[in-house]
Amino acid sequence: MDLINFEATELRLGLPGSTDEWDKKSTASPVNTNKRSSSEMGSSVTDETDSSRSPPPAKAQIVGWPPVRTCRKNIIQGKKSEPEMGSGMYVKVSMDGAPYLRKVDLKVCKSYGELLKSLQEMFKCIIGLYSEREGYKSEYAPTYEDKDGDWMLLGDVPWDMFLTSCRRLRIMKSCEVIES
Amino acid sequence: MDLNQKRTRTVDRVDSVDPDLVSPESTPMCPFPDEVLEPVLSLINSHKDRSSVSLVCKDWYNAERWSRRHVFIGNCYSVSPEIVVGRFPKIRSVTLKGKPRFSDFNLVPEDWGADVYPWLSVLAKAYPFLEELRLKRMAVSDESLEFLAMNFPEFKALSLLSCDGFSTDGLKAIATHCRNLAELDIQENGIDDLGGDWLSCFPETLTTLQVLNFASLNSEVSFSDLEKLVTRCKSLRVLKVNRTINLDQLQKLLLRAPQLTELGTGTFTQDLVTRPVADLEATFGSCKNLLTISGLWDTNSLYLPVIYPACASLTFLNLSCAALRSFELAMLLIHCKSLRRLWVLDTVGDMGLEAVGSWCPLLEELRVFPADPFEQENVAGVTESGFVAVSRGCPKLHYVLYFCHQMTNAAVATVVQNCPGFTHFRLCIMNLGQPDYVTNEPMDEAFGAVVRTCPNLQRLAVSGLLTDLTFEYIGKYAKNLEILSVAFAGSSDLGLKYVLGGCPRLRKLEIRDCPFGNAALLSGLTKYESMRSLWMSACNLTMNGCRVLAKEMPRLNVEVMKDEDSEDSQAHKVYIYRTVAGPRRDAPPFVLTL
Repeated sequence: MDLINFEATELRLGLPGSTDEWDKKSTASPVNTNKRSSSEMGSSVTDETDSSRSPPPAKAQIVGWPPVRTCRKNIIQGKKSEPEMGSGMYVKVSMDGAPYLRKVDLKVCKSYGELLKSLQEMFKCIIGLYSEREGYKSEYAPTYEDKDGDWMLLGDVPWDMFLTSCRRLRIMKSCEVIES
Repeated sequence: MDLNQKRTRTVDRVDSVDPDLVSPESTPMCPFPDEVLEPVLSLINSHKDRSSVSLVCKDWYNAERWSRRHVFIGNCYSVSPEIVVGRFPKIRSVTLKGKPRFSDFNLVPEDWGADVYPWLSVLAKAYPFLEELRLKRMAVSDESLEFLAMNFPEFKALSLLSCDGFSTDGLKAIATHCRNLAELDIQENGIDDLGGDWLSCFPETLTTLQVLNFASLNSEVSFSDLEKLVTRCKSLRVLKVNRTINLDQLQKLLLRAPQLTELGTGTFTQDLVTRPVADLEATFGSCKNLLTISGLWDTNSLYLPVIYPACASLTFLNLSCAALRSFELAMLLIHCKSLRRLWVLDTVGDMGLEAVGSWCPLLEELRVFPADPFEQENVAGVTESGFVAVSRGCPKLHYVLYFCHQMTNAAVATVVQNCPGFTHFRLCIMNLGQPDYVTNEPMDEAFGAVVRTCPNLQRLAVSGLLTDLTFEYIGKYAKNLEILSVAFAGSSDLGLKYVLGGCPRLRKLEIRDCPFGNAALLSGLTKYESMRSLWMSACNLTMNGCRVLAKEMPRLNVEVMKDEDSEDSQAHKVYIYRTVAGPRRDAPPFVLTL
């Protein structure tokens, strides 16, 4: 089928050999692809009834089809993705009831004590001290989301281990902690 | 002042432009003196009506041209700026459209033309007090924007839709120098976004802004400058911010501008684990005048509810940037009783569309965009059942743009039976050459049903597997059709011949990848002068066929765009339009005017 040859000659963005990627990128030069699309149209009409054919040639991306404006194409793809925070540095901190989040640099804090001090200052609250048996005695409980997506109480594991697994922080109100 | 003096004054004015067109005393042909005619005509705003008025007689032609304040030019190459300023001495507002519509989909090479600069230099001399400029698909450079900002001291409103060639530097010039700016509307342009500091260029003395739309720009602006701007512009009614504005910032802006009628939000999510912002909900509740909400990027069921208090009076909801699921849309629409226009992504699915049918009985316009247009496998999206569901619940529906992967003839027939008032029917079955997936037949009967059932149809876009029969139906029944878009359809020249032989009101015809050749093109010889333009690309036209057309019809510009790959005899991309300005003088090397 002619279409397979055209795919090889098609101008597109992306590294050679990266065939899976190209149909997600915006179209390349409009100049070279129209010939292919005419013959492609021809084949797709006549080959409709032949079930032994390979899957429809729709994979080959045609310039300007579907007729969606460039700006619209980027809406879903343009979502900002959060970079991995596994190695510490800035993580988001949310506090129950607060209208917006903050960010704290874990690398700057050398220990839990320093982190808790920063958090208390940031949110004007008293979290208190950690105890292995009872957690935190105040109305707040500092928690963090670890690599598995679980919410863990701050302080149980050594600081270095915490740094590698902390994705973000959440200061929960203690009543919610008890309920869950 | 007695009557004689008045008439003299009129004669002098006309003389200064064209000494042959002396206005006589009131004649039986035209019983109204200019003093009466002009004020009456000044109340007529529709450019079509004004065209009709100008054809009545010389007196009316003159009265009309003196009283016209806004000129609409649908194809910038159909007329020259010199001709325009020669005919209309007192224009305050210009609307200009440039490139063919398929340039939106990368079918028109860069540097094709439609440069606004030549227009601006002529307009600056003729209309130094120009107030408004609305451009669509024009090439606009930073130099042009700077020229605009510096040469029109009364300039008030700039609207750029689908334009390209400029950067945020050009916007800086506008913001800095246009002291009376009331409107800055930047939409869907190919813009070089060099940063958000253009917004900080608005002087602190500027208080006249009514419309500010920078939703399509990517860079972050200074929020404090934006907040100050919004605070001091008490007449601001349209505010559409870009994605970098977050929820907290949005709330601050809304508190400053509760009078807004149209709002475009920024990113509508926040990484909070808890409930939506209660304050923001109250703020939306206090915006009593909101008619339109758009933006809503990244939103979901956590945050969308904050807009509920504003939904009851909404007439237009643009969710085309929010990948909502069906239940999220359904929950939202329960609150939107007054909705007339709705734009969504196909992530809402057929169930979302059922909710539309259930909750929006006043709906007039629906646009369903594909969230992932190039995904071929594992596509969900919407199908024919969603379409039918909407038509059942929304009998006033008259505008639809529907992207889907499958459709049936029966479903379309049902839809138009439920909603016979369609004026705009744009159906895009994204898989090329897709037949009715139930019967495996072509989709001819679907569009046949549309044109037979909808007498008011003005605009039609067809798709799917289509034979010449579709076009026979269109030519025969679509008496009011003005705009037709065709892609990958038809079987032979007959298809195009049917359309050109019928459709008495056809103005714009755009065709790509269809088996229509010279014979079909030439069958429309006499029709093209009554149309604005014809676009045909990747069809079976040859240079010779185009040359024949050009020779027979000297008042048309027959332009062929050459590309390196196609053979010399093939006319790969053809753009034909009527013009009083003669062949283009600014055509790039790859555009041949025959």
